[in-house]
Amino acid sequence: MSALTDRLAEVRAEGRAALIGYLPVGYPTVEASVEAMRVLVDAGCDIVEVGPPYSDPVLDGPVIQHAAAIALEGGVKVDDAFTAVEAVAQAGAVPVVMSYCNLMIQRGYERFAQELKAAGGAGVITPDLTPDTGQDWIAAARAEDVDTIFLAAPSTTRERMHLTVGASRGFVYATSLMGVTGERASVGSAAERVVVEARAAGAEFVCVGLGVSTGVQAADVAAYADGVIVGSAFVKALGDHGDMEALRIKVQELAAGVRGQS
Amino acid sequence: MTESLQSAPGPFFGEFGGQFVPEALMAALDELTDAYEKARIDPSFTEELVRLARDYTGRPSIITDVPRFAKHAGGARVLLKREDLNHTGSHKINNVLGQALLTKRIGKTRVIAETGAGQHGVATATAAALMDLECVIYMGEEDTERQALNVARMRLLGAEVIPVATGTRTLRDAINEAFRDWVANVDHTNYVFGTAAGPHPFPAMVRDFQRIISVESRAQMLDLGGLPDAVVACIGGGSNAIGSFDAFLDDTDVRLIGCEAAGDGVETGRHAATLTGGRPGILHGSRSFILQDEEGQTLPSHSISAGLDYPGVGPEHTWLASIGRAEYWPVTDADAMDAFRLLTRTEGIMPAIESSHALAGAIRLGNELGPDATVLVTLSGRGDKDVEQAARWFDMLPKEDA
Ligand SMILES: Cc1ncc(COP(=O)(O)O)c(C=O)c1O
Repeated sequence: MSALTDRLAEVRAEGRAALIGYLPVGYPTVEASVEAMRVLVDAGCDIVEVGPPYSDPVLDGPVIQHAAAIALEGGVKVDDAFTAVEAVAQAGAVPVVMSYCNLMIQRGYERFAQELKAAGGAGVITPDLTPDTGQDWIAAARAEDVDTIFLAAPSTTRERMHLTVGASRGFVYATSLMGVTGERASVGSAAERVVVEARAAGAEFVCVGLGVSTGVQAADVAAYADGVIVGSAFVKALGDHGDMEALRIKVQELAAGVRGQS
Repeated sequence: MTESLQSAPGPFFGEFGGQFVPEALMAALDELTDAYEKARIDPSFTEELVRLARDYTGRPSIITDVPRFAKHAGGARVLLKREDLNHTGSHKINNVLGQALLTKRIGKTRVIAETGAGQHGVATATAAALMDLECVIYMGEEDTERQALNVARMRLLGAEVIPVATGTRTLRDAINEAFRDWVANVDHTNYVFGTAAGPHPFPAMVRDFQRIISVESRAQMLDLGGLPDAVVACIGGGSNAIGSFDAFLDDTDVRLIGCEAAGDGVETGRHAATLTGGRPGILHGSRSFILQDEEGQTLPSHSISAGLDYPGVGPEHTWLASIGRAEYWPVTDADAMDAFRLLTRTEGIMPAIESSHALAGAIRLGNELGPDATVLVTLSGRGDKDVEQAARWFDMLPKEDA
């Protein structure tokens, strides 16, 4: 049991899916990004993914690339991600971090896990680390009781699904399509299959991300997944000028969606 | 007898290498690894590759004694392994033909590639034309400007060239963009990686396809009377260098020297000398040395040479450096350009600016070793693509305001 699985179980008991919001820390400024994460919580996110920006985000599309570049130009540091984690925890949602692995490696996996734990973070999503090369990270995270959230994709084979589910704690991150982050006109039909396969491999909680940007899409995904992960749509709503109201409206739309009220 | 260092299989070389990639790519990397393991021992594949090397690329490439150049290298004997004479003008074709054949074998119809100097892009576009594959090349916007001729070459060959305007607008960003394309289109697309870096199987596979350089040159040297004292090659990601080193790895008396781009000088911070100025980390799918800040953000690199302007290096080189089998020397823009002019003026051979870094290393080494030494230098490419840039460097272009 962990803060993540507790929250996902509560949400399930309410008969709905969780809303998981992603924002890069430092966009458009560190202060505004932390405030924006509070807005996420206030407007209905159950879990917030805090993203320390990385210089070479190979799994991100143009919207998040742009935000990360602005944040890095503004001088954002990994420490700022832990500050944001604290703010999210205080606001009452469960914070997790989504980080490319080199930032974690340079800090040291042990120290990264310790600092995350101290800030009140529950787990880490690792887009460019799979269980194969993630063994050191898994050991460091287990020592601190930090959840390790790995990704499963439409291309994931049965064998790899077992590996991924076995190494994941908290939830399994099912990517809805083959591609990078960004809004899509429709969420791929592969998403449901990935969720079904993850469950068949023993996953207790499976959340779906990539391409979800509207309440209608969220409602569709909520019908078969434990959580709906939204990133680019929130980043875009927040924008270069830190429009908290536009963000709030977008989050409310998605929060209604996961409750089947779109 | 100690174990051979040649043809190390990966995925790890010592503690370097691996597959640090999104899960979405793991199935494709597994498929590629598997297909390559089968192909490399299948005569129908290896014989076709040998045939293409002979009848299309023009292999074996010759070695050329360059005595007038060598006078400036301490009087040592300097020989060039002439990869510049290959079809398309560089060593890149050796790798591309192998990977394009493999693409056909796994039934994919589209290839993508990154390119810095444009040589790998040109080679990929060429193989795609030859083998009827759809071809998309990612190239940093800064590189499309300094290597405009190669952009036109790729387009003439039927490839789509996509300038990448994000980040530092160079090779590293082109690789990021190619990975993004691959994740989205992996069902019908193969990524023809241009250097001996990236996730497994690329470092080992690209090395195997480039190994022909040292297999030939070692035999050619023995025919001439003996192994050289040193083999020198330039290092971007490290494919021509690892290909130039591999067959010599067990010849412990042969020094192996990779020349990295030191740009304005390593001490200025404006350079691409990863093994000299970097430290271990993950970039583009493998663990190796990278140029990065304290937190692990990749630093912008700088080199006059688009093909060496990369803040990473292949993991096998990092391993060879760590066990002391190979040395890695920084060479500045200015030293490389002096060597460029010297070879052109003394021998009538115009090298690529990338390869000129190796020539500068050879001058330094020759002066260190003296006239009894024999130095084999890989001339990885020719300088046609660099004419405009070199003319600007030496102030030989007509003045615009004249
Ligand atoms: C002529 C030439 N030499 C060397 C390189 C550097 O690549 P590598 O280190 O993989 O050989 C390039 C890359 O574009 C090139 O065009």
